[in-house]
Amino acid sequence: MIWTVSTFCSHLFCYINATLTGGAFPFLRSFTPVVFSSIVVLQPPAMSPSIIIVLAVLTGVTGSPSVATSPAAVDATAHPNSVVEETEIFGWQVSVEKEAEEDAMATGELNPNHYPAQRAAKVVQHYLNVQYGSPFRLFGLHKVHSGNAEDVADSGRKYQLEISVQEIINNTTEKCSAELLFGRAGEQRSSQVQVSCEELLKTSTDAQEDALFRKYQMNQSLLSAENLPDSYGHMEPDHQPLWHLGIVASSSVMLKESTENTLYNMAQVANIIQLASDNKQVKFDCHVLLHEMVSQEIIHWKLLFTWSPPDGVKVLQMEKLPHCHDCKVPPNTN
Amino acid sequence: MSSVPHQVLRITAKDEAQLALIKDMEEMVHLQLDFWRGVTDVATPVDVRVPFHSLQSVKRHLESLELEYLVMIQDLQVMLDEEKLEMESAARVAEPRNTESFDFSRYHTISEIYSFQDMLVAENPNLVSKIVIGQSYQGRPLNVLKFSTGGTNRPAIWIDTGIHSREWVTQASGTWFAKKIASDYGRDSALTAILDKMDIFVEIVTNPDGFYFTHNSNRMWRKTRKPNPGSSCVGVDPNRNWDAGFGGAGASGNPCSETYRGEKAHSEPEVKSIVDFVKSHGNFKAFVSIHSYSQMLLYPYGYTTTPVKDQAELHNLANKAITDLASLYGTRYRYGSIINTIYQASGGTIDWTYNQGIKYSYTFELRDTGRYGFILPANQIIPTAQETWLALMAIMDHTFKNPY
Repeated sequence: MIWTVSTFCSHLFCYINATLTGGAFPFLRSFTPVVFSSIVVLQPPAMSPSIIIVLAVLTGVTGSPSVATSPAAVDATAHPNSVVEETEIFGWQVSVEKEAEEDAMATGELNPNHYPAQRAAKVVQHYLNVQYGSPFRLFGLHKVHSGNAEDVADSGRKYQLEISVQEIINNTTEKCSAELLFGRAGEQRSSQVQVSCEELLKTSTDAQEDALFRKYQMNQSLLSAENLPDSYGHMEPDHQPLWHLGIVASSSVMLKESTENTLYNMAQVANIIQLASDNKQVKFDCHVLLHEMVSQEIIHWKLLFTWSPPDGVKVLQMEKLPHCHDCKVPPNTN
Repeated sequence: MSSVPHQVLRITAKDEAQLALIKDMEEMVHLQLDFWRGVTDVATPVDVRVPFHSLQSVKRHLESLELEYLVMIQDLQVMLDEEKLEMESAARVAEPRNTESFDFSRYHTISEIYSFQDMLVAENPNLVSKIVIGQSYQGRPLNVLKFSTGGTNRPAIWIDTGIHSREWVTQASGTWFAKKIASDYGRDSALTAILDKMDIFVEIVTNPDGFYFTHNSNRMWRKTRKPNPGSSCVGVDPNRNWDAGFGGAGASGNPCSETYRGEKAHSEPEVKSIVDFVKSHGNFKAFVSIHSYSQMLLYPYGYTTTPVKDQAELHNLANKAITDLASLYGTRYRYGSIINTIYQASGGTIDWTYNQGIKYSYTFELRDTGRYGFILPANQIIPTAQETWLALMAIMDHTFKNPY
């Protein structure tokens, strides 16, 4: 199945995000929140690369969300065996897991330390890495400050979050507001995310990325590495950018696979090999192990992706490998 | 040997005639063949090292005679280099002869940890003893270190690490805790006060079969290694096998699942041994089971949303413990009940211990929050153990000062 991560959205109310290299920013129209819930409108300062992503999706919000927070009675056994359905939304082919039953989900004001807000915030992390991740820029969830969840008739469940994210490599922290919509159970739709941060890309990584890109393009032999990190948490310094690329590419999968009943992290890059490609980008094939916290499963995926400084990481193909109970990961199967 | 790839070929003769042809090759001196396993009979393959310059001609020769062969060693030099490196590094890391020279900043094998335990006992005979509470499925001893300054069946604190074998920072931390307790008695006033009135039990390798498997086969193995009848899938999740909400939501009935609860509660010897020990001891006042990763301090319940009777006290104590933990390196922990903070989980350890009347029942999820996950770099072992120790001290101190 081919799924392309691209600058998104051709819908009337959607907008292309600003490029990372600065420059002129398009003017954004504001929408009255009559039909659409909240749409963030920001006029970014001329030189600063604040990023606004607007994806208006939501139909009218009816009813008042209840104030009480009731913990979700989640059946952890339902998760790995859910039915998956496919639909198309805004030109994206998306998939959603159908829950076995409609559980009572936490609604209204969320406790930021409890898992519902935390899982939603992790999805925002994956989204940010898909959009902006690179060998020199990776985001981690730092803290959830507050959250709110509500049912949206016919669409799913909408979360609003105030979070802090950390740019791991330069160790900077940034506050963000995020909204995400988890698709209605039974529909095939990956979570739809909109995020606005104060100054997400404050550190420029252009020089480092350009240097690394040139180095990868001019390799005498194609790169390959396995077990990043190894059993002891170690990797060669030269392999770190490959590990980071694996994390960014994995974030596409994790974003696509995430639901309110999952929490994904990349456990390890089992192997990654550079493939021959044209001069515009470098291309990699990798086998990654994802850890899903609720089921505690290790899920194997193969990914084909490209990277270039202007375009970032683009996942061309992703393939889930069959569940392997006792398996050792074979090195560099090609 | 030069740095071009020499190969080792394994040649199999189909009959006596072919065997004779292979024997003839011994006479072809110009090929400079080195027979690792010479010609004997048809049933036994012949192994021969072929230098790089002869490879093409040898293979052509074998193929023309329709002699079957396979490449046993693709590049001999690479293999030898690797072996040399391994031996050198093994020599550098000689077995420590006492716990002072044990390297806590590295991950260790099960035999290294078991040796450490014996050394610690030998060095501190008046404080530390080893109790074998049972055997794992594959027959490994389940070792518990007892720290005691005397008395009979004193109120006690339990700490276990490594119940999930892939959570390597926990066994590594448990090793550090054991050394810390032995070192700090008589030096640290808070710990000394505790040990003068209470006993501490530490089980470092709570799932030894799984731990061995993570070293030798699959680094990501979580469960025990007991086969499941009627299934090709092995193992039970030892943190879903306890008799607390057993069978309910929050565990799987599928043997292939990482959260498989087992056929019945306490089916796993690794779990049953602790159950039997705790029940026969009868005087545990605190029980701490240590996992990774997520950076959380959790109290019961996992199997139900019903709050525990002691919710307020456990919540406040958890707050104190993680505040102390954060004071060292700023590591941020969340805390709360299992079911609210992480997920619903049935058959869990501390739900059972709490229901047995052990009020101060806690589970830790150590570093990190997902960047490295289970494969935490070894240079984080000691910082993790040090900060976690502060939280443990808060819990033990409170337990000591609030007898019940």
